[in-house]
Amino acid sequence: MTDQRPDPDQLLERIKEEDARAKRGKLKIFFGASAGVGKTYAMLAAARQQQALGVNVLVGIVETHGRAETEAMTAGLERLPLRETSYRGHMLHEFDLDGALACKPSLILMDELAHSNVAGSRHPKRWQDVEELLAAGIDVYSTVNVQHLETLNDIVGGITGIRVWETVPDRVFDAADEVVLVDLPPDELLQRLKEGKVYLPHQAERAIRNFFRKGNLIALRELALRRTADRVDEEMLQYRRDQSVSSVWQTRESLLVCIGPGRGNDKIIRNAARLAGQLNVPWHAVYVETARLQRLPETHRDQILKTLRLAEENGALASTLPGEDAAVQVVQYARSHNLTKVMAGRDHPRPWRPWYRSFTDRIGQLAPDLDVIQVAREEPEEKPGRWSAKPSQREDEGVNWITYGYSAAVCGLTTLLAWPLYTYFDLANIVMLFLLAVVMVSIRWGRGPGVLASFLSVAIFDFCFVPPRFSFAVSDVQYLMTFAVMLAVGLVTGQLTAGLRYQAQIATQREARVRALYEMARDLSGALMPEQIGEICARFLAIGFEARATILIVDLSEQLVEIHTQSGAAYDRGIAQWAFDHSEAAGSGTDTLPASPVLYLPLQAPMRTRGVLAIEAQNPHRLMAPEQRRLLDTFARLIAIALERVHYVEVAQSTTVQMESERLRNSLLSAISHDLRTPLTALVGLADSFSLTQPPPSGQQQEITAAIREEALRMNALVNNLLDMARLQSGEVRLNLQWQPLEEVVGSALKAMRLPLARHRVRVQLPDDLPLLSFDAVLMERVLSNLLENAAKFTPVGSLIEIGAKAGQGEVEISVTDDGPGLPEGAEEEIFKKFARGQKESATPGVGLGLTICRAIVEAHHGRILAENRPGGGARFVFTLPLGTPPAVEEREDMVTQEPIHS
Amino acid sequence: MSAPSPVVIVVEDEPQIRRFVRMALESEGCEVFEADTLKRGLIEAGTRKPDMVVLDLGLPDGSGVDFIRELRTWSGIPVLVLSARTAEADKVDALDAGADDYLTKPFGVGELLARVRAQLRRHARRGEDGQTALQFGKIKLDMARRLVEKDGQTVHLTPIEYRLLSYLIANPDSVLTHRQLLRNVWGPSHSEDSHYVRIYMGHLRKKLEDDPSQPVHFVTEAGIGYRFIA
Repeated sequence: MTDQRPDPDQLLERIKEEDARAKRGKLKIFFGASAGVGKTYAMLAAARQQQALGVNVLVGIVETHGRAETEAMTAGLERLPLRETSYRGHMLHEFDLDGALACKPSLILMDELAHSNVAGSRHPKRWQDVEELLAAGIDVYSTVNVQHLETLNDIVGGITGIRVWETVPDRVFDAADEVVLVDLPPDELLQRLKEGKVYLPHQAERAIRNFFRKGNLIALRELALRRTADRVDEEMLQYRRDQSVSSVWQTRESLLVCIGPGRGNDKIIRNAARLAGQLNVPWHAVYVETARLQRLPETHRDQILKTLRLAEENGALASTLPGEDAAVQVVQYARSHNLTKVMAGRDHPRPWRPWYRSFTDRIGQLAPDLDVIQVAREEPEEKPGRWSAKPSQREDEGVNWITYGYSAAVCGLTTLLAWPLYTYFDLANIVMLFLLAVVMVSIRWGRGPGVLASFLSVAIFDFCFVPPRFSFAVSDVQYLMTFAVMLAVGLVTGQLTAGLRYQAQIATQREARVRALYEMARDLSGALMPEQIGEICARFLAIGFEARATILIVDLSEQLVEIHTQSGAAYDRGIAQWAFDHSEAAGSGTDTLPASPVLYLPLQAPMRTRGVLAIEAQNPHRLMAPEQRRLLDTFARLIAIALERVHYVEVAQSTTVQMESERLRNSLLSAISHDLRTPLTALVGLADSFSLTQPPPSGQQQEITAAIREEALRMNALVNNLLDMARLQSGEVRLNLQWQPLEEVVGSALKAMRLPLARHRVRVQLPDDLPLLSFDAVLMERVLSNLLENAAKFTPVGSLIEIGAKAGQGEVEISVTDDGPGLPEGAEEEIFKKFARGQKESATPGVGLGLTICRAIVEAHHGRILAENRPGGGARFVFTLPLGTPPAVEEREDMVTQEPIHS
Repeated sequence: MSAPSPVVIVVEDEPQIRRFVRMALESEGCEVFEADTLKRGLIEAGTRKPDMVVLDLGLPDGSGVDFIRELRTWSGIPVLVLSARTAEADKVDALDAGADDYLTKPFGVGELLARVRAQLRRHARRGEDGQTALQFGKIKLDMARRLVEKDGQTVHLTPIEYRLLSYLIANPDSVLTHRQLLRNVWGPSHSEDSHYVRIYMGHLRKKLEDDPSQPVHFVTEAGIGYRFIA
């Protein structure tokens, strides 16, 4: 059945990829077969073109090697100064990553992608710098030669005899958005070489001259062309997948690579990476660490870890598996991860051990359904010291010797015990005693002492009991059988016990790990404060990893703050910040600043990165093992989740407190307002009803009651102002924002102020096309009322008060103008302050809260208010309200004009 | 003519306020019964056959809004609400529940009596249906012919404007909330679009008021709604 529609999962994956890519910068690689083909020149030419188009181009680093024509191309391009670092007394120049990030160019030129950075740089490799630049959204142009591609490294080395150590993982090359092949026929290149146009480092000139042989150049050119063709092929496939032309059914089979203790692992990894790339499948790399391999010297183990890291860099999922039988473990792993192809190095034929079955054979036997790929191991020129195994300084080494002593002692004891029995028992039974001793020694102390016990027992039995006694001579050949059995029993038992003990040890370790995780999770679940989390974290890392740890969390101002614990790691704030900003691990054993002794893990919680965990291990190698790193990552995850939980607990608490205090304040305010207003209401009403009493009050009495009424109303205004101010100042006034015409609120303010304004002339001039505004009608009425009241209060009777409005840029300006005496000079700002009045100690009533309230209300509406004197005299108060997008009104029905019905 | 004096029930927990309200109402010739709690008020309202209720919103044993809801289940008499200044939401709730008008504390006797008179008048006129012509200010309305004139000039109103005007005129002197107007003029589906009311009220004012920014007939009650004054 052929399905012409694209697989939705695949499409989704592609969309995600494209999303990630859109935010990232674009990488364009100028790819060449060898040095001297003109990659840098081509890159500069392309950059100049971009600059001519108005792109902001920055030269990050360009190696012109003093070639004039290339040098000339850089003219007119902005160059980033190199960073100077001193390393062991030398001044070294290196690309300045932070400088480049700070410059934020649109495009940066980074020559020689494979370059290794000088010690002390943030990343060990330039391609990692480039990754960071791309992640920051900066486009990058770079150059690379074919022999620098990781997976082609061996092939090129094989062809040319020259090995380069600076390599770029293929995934970087494959992930590049564009690859431009810069090609030059070998003859022309040789011509250029002759003319001295190709840069050659002096020290290796001879070797490199060897490199530039025509045969080599043709081979390299072919490799480069083919690699580019592969990429184009991949693009083609991608295109076809997009267009859904392909009817090829893709299985998601994947590849498992086994790394053994032997040599040439790196080559296996490169082969696997290339194969996985060609098949476009994910791949895994495993190393099965058996008891025997655990006893390998440290340097050897480091080498294996490095190989695993190489695999990881090339996109593999790397793991170390504990186990006794590598083949069984590998098969189990392949089954549990649904991997169908197993790749391993080919063992050398061992004609002297015809019974020996190679690793790959065993896998084939255990799992006939798995494809097994054998890779030839190379024999690299042995570098002195690389493999020369130093015996590891293991603690149990000394203990071992004691167990051998114990073993001998047990044999001695058995002899003593057997001695008196000799006369009563048959030799066949006496030998049983020795057999028992051998078994016990093997069980108790393992293989070595077991073997010793076997030999000793055989020797003692022979010497002391087998006739002729007290000589090693054997009279009866059948005793040889006894000896052989005894030896075999010792060996087999020892082997079994050793295996059992190793499994037990592994199980204990694993259990300890699980228990640590479980206990940590349990303890973290009870933590309520970041400090507690810090303590728990420090404790568990101290137990589990013999490491000191410090947690840095972000505070409200997005700064990393240390959680203080008793023994923290000696962390570097800069690296921690980097790890936090990039949400990537940094420091020891990572791609970023691996020289640092401290490992920095970002604490990624579901909502965001909560901080950084800094771990300073006594033995940094322990943290490098993949399963240890995974455990640490799990720890970090647990801590992050705990931090997030604590964070939200805090948020919830502070919200509750805030709500509670708001509720309290509101109930207090309304209680006060009720208690103050009730007597005032009674006072006003009773004063009014005085006139209703019988007999009717006299003129003087009426005047007095009128005065009482006035004062009570003034008191009421005062209370209103104070309460309003208290409400506004608490900052929690809820605006009842509605879309409404300004005209309406002007009308209601004028109505409310009709008494104070009775003896003034009022003119309202509002433009007809004023849009609806969003404001709180009650509060806005208050602003206008206060301004009108002020105008009435501070201007003589008969003055003209005007209300105007004008729509401007994004806001509407509303003004209340009078033609009175105006504001005192310099008081334009002063009057908005609390308890300020235009004229000090004047008889005009009213505490100066009105304008302060106006300002608070206007500012709550995101507007501004100011006062000024008009040129012609008089004061002008202006406030603004932001213009928004009023909701649409269906005027459909409005289209029909009502026709009067004539009878 | 000696019409029976109207019966007014005052539900208010403050004795001094109750006292002057009573004095004022009695001076108008009303018969006044007092209640200081919600429960007492409902009993009075149920037994005294009142023509009107003056109600304080903040009562010791409950909210005045509950009183109105209860009362409205069996009576349509006018309810005048007394409330504090800052409690706009309470006023709107009370009006939506069926109150007819409100007074903000502190208030004078004059204001109180004016409101009470208006409500009593409206209540008394309630029975007289079939009124086809109406005049207020310079505006003449012929309901039968759906004709609106201002200063003798025909004013063209859209159907919605006319519906709005009719509804306002049917409820003179009462405060109508935005929601009430929307529900009754536009229908229940529009009850959240309060800017519709504001826009059309603006249209009515422009067409019928002399100075739309200082309306005489279509008065804004800020934050609450509108009141039509003939």
